[in-house]
Amino acid sequence: MNLAWKDIRRQGLRFVLTGLGLGLLFSVVLAMGGIYRGMVADATMLVDAAGADLWVVQRDTRGPFAERSTVPRALEDRLRVVDGVASAESFTYATIQRGDATNAVRLGVVGLSWPMNRGEHLGLVAGRPLEAAHRELIADRALGLALGERVPLGDDVYEVVGLTTGFVSSGGDGLAFVTERDADAILGWTAPESRRLAGGQRAEVLPSAVLVTLLPGEHAEDVKARLGAWPDVTVWTADEQRGLLLHGVIDKARQQIGLFRVLLSIVSAIIVALILYNMTVAKSHEIALVKLMGGRTRVVVGMILQQALLLGAIGYGMAIAIGSVAFEHFPRRVVITPVELGGLAVLVVAISVVSSIAGIVRALRIPPTLVLAG
Amino acid sequence: MATVIRAEALRKVYGQGDTELVALRDVSIATEAGEVAALLGPSGSGKSTLLTALGLLNLPERGRISFAGRTVVEDGRALVDLSAVRRSSIGFVFQKANLIPFLTARENVMLALQINDRVGRAADARARELLGYLGLADRADHHPEQLSGGQQQRVAIARALANHPPLILADEPTAALDSHRGRDVMELFRRIAREQGAAVVVVTHDHRTLDVFDTVHEMEDGVLSRRPDPATSHAPEASP
Repeated sequence: MNLAWKDIRRQGLRFVLTGLGLGLLFSVVLAMGGIYRGMVADATMLVDAAGADLWVVQRDTRGPFAERSTVPRALEDRLRVVDGVASAESFTYATIQRGDATNAVRLGVVGLSWPMNRGEHLGLVAGRPLEAAHRELIADRALGLALGERVPLGDDVYEVVGLTTGFVSSGGDGLAFVTERDADAILGWTAPESRRLAGGQRAEVLPSAVLVTLLPGEHAEDVKARLGAWPDVTVWTADEQRGLLLHGVIDKARQQIGLFRVLLSIVSAIIVALILYNMTVAKSHEIALVKLMGGRTRVVVGMILQQALLLGAIGYGMAIAIGSVAFEHFPRRVVITPVELGGLAVLVVAISVVSSIAGIVRALRIPPTLVLAG
Repeated sequence: MATVIRAEALRKVYGQGDTELVALRDVSIATEAGEVAALLGPSGSGKSTLLTALGLLNLPERGRISFAGRTVVEDGRALVDLSAVRRSSIGFVFQKANLIPFLTARENVMLALQINDRVGRAADARARELLGYLGLADRADHHPEQLSGGQQQRVAIARALANHPPLILADEPTAALDSHRGRDVMELFRRIAREQGAAVVVVTHDHRTLDVFDTVHEMEDGVLSRRPDPATSHAPEASP
């Protein structure tokens, strides 16, 4: 006969509602971890999808995702003749905002080195790669555009011919893939009046980087060393570029999310502790009776601990249920992995155990003679 | 008959200085197996203090308590694990039944067995046997709120009997019952003492049932005295 379970059954709806409340708290803890993992996945997705071995960027910069980087147009050709290089493609990337103040749309524009790169590597979920050199666009679903939709950008109108998923900037804005020439037109666009004042000159848009693919058997570090003497560029391997993204661009977000998770965990522990303490106080008479009948300390401690763990388990289950329904509607990608679920389970057990201490101390202080007080 | 519990020269004081109250003044009492003893006295006379001392719940500062010939408390010190003695050897019945509301009658009885590490089918069978013995076989799976006051008190008695304790202590067990049911309970205690060989000590205010008891003790201002013959306990001057 399990006293903890019998007591919980008596409390029925109250216990379930308490578990639901805890589930909401735990779901936020889960979401925080999932959002961070989503940011990691989003941040590295473009680097991974590009498949380049080396990212050649402006001297002393950390690449287009971290800061402004421009390289000469001729860099692409210079790199193609370097020993060990199989291919070199210009890569243009910038985030822009279009629309008026009330209906602004932010998007990351990525210029592909068309026709070598038509966007096949992006893993299209609908539509087709870029077939024309001009006025075609592959949009990520985060932008909310539909296939066939026509989007005015700069002086031209672009047709959405393909859709991707999961390609967003570190700020969570969806990416739009166009040919490099169109990227120049979009990013270099200025208002007609500005252009008139500039004597009709358009702002020149330079590539952000050149992506280098190596010949089979070549080592990235070797080729990087060969390029080390070039005065106008800095070379990052794909792993380094990924590391810069994780530890540079989203590191602050990681710290903030981590701190938020710690605070939420403390709040959860305090709430569970208060609930258990109140449950213990409400059962003072029964606990005194058990002690009066000679019940061992472990019987009383076990009952409170079991209730704490059960409450935690209900909260955990609710958090997963809430997450499975709600997370897909979050504006940012929430990636829940088995590691994340395991981590939350460990956290819930820890919170339950720590939170039960107040209740256990209260229970141990209840005198058995309380029963005689009526 | 063997002496189940013996208390010698118990002294218990509450408070100190001007607020000092002597609840037990060199109180001695012994109860034998099969004996039903009543403990009378006005409120504040020290009855409940004596009962909690005999129940090893509230230790006196001075004196000795022996259980089945073995000294368990001496001058305020526990010489053995008192919880273990209570667990295995003492059954408690209170003014209120004090049943656990989220357990059925059977489970309330089984709780006493479980506390004494008796679980499973044997515990279930023992609980049913006791409820049957007390005329509650058809109420075994009812929760306390589904039982009358008298039925609840009989469940409490079944719980007290669960581990075959040699000592049963009852604190005004009929106070919440009408006179008819109160007498039933007192006679039940005598039956238990006779049939199960338990020593029963009952704190009571009900003078109408004193004929049930083998011995009657009276307390006044912390002093215990024994009436020589329970049959004379109906004397008017003894009434509250």
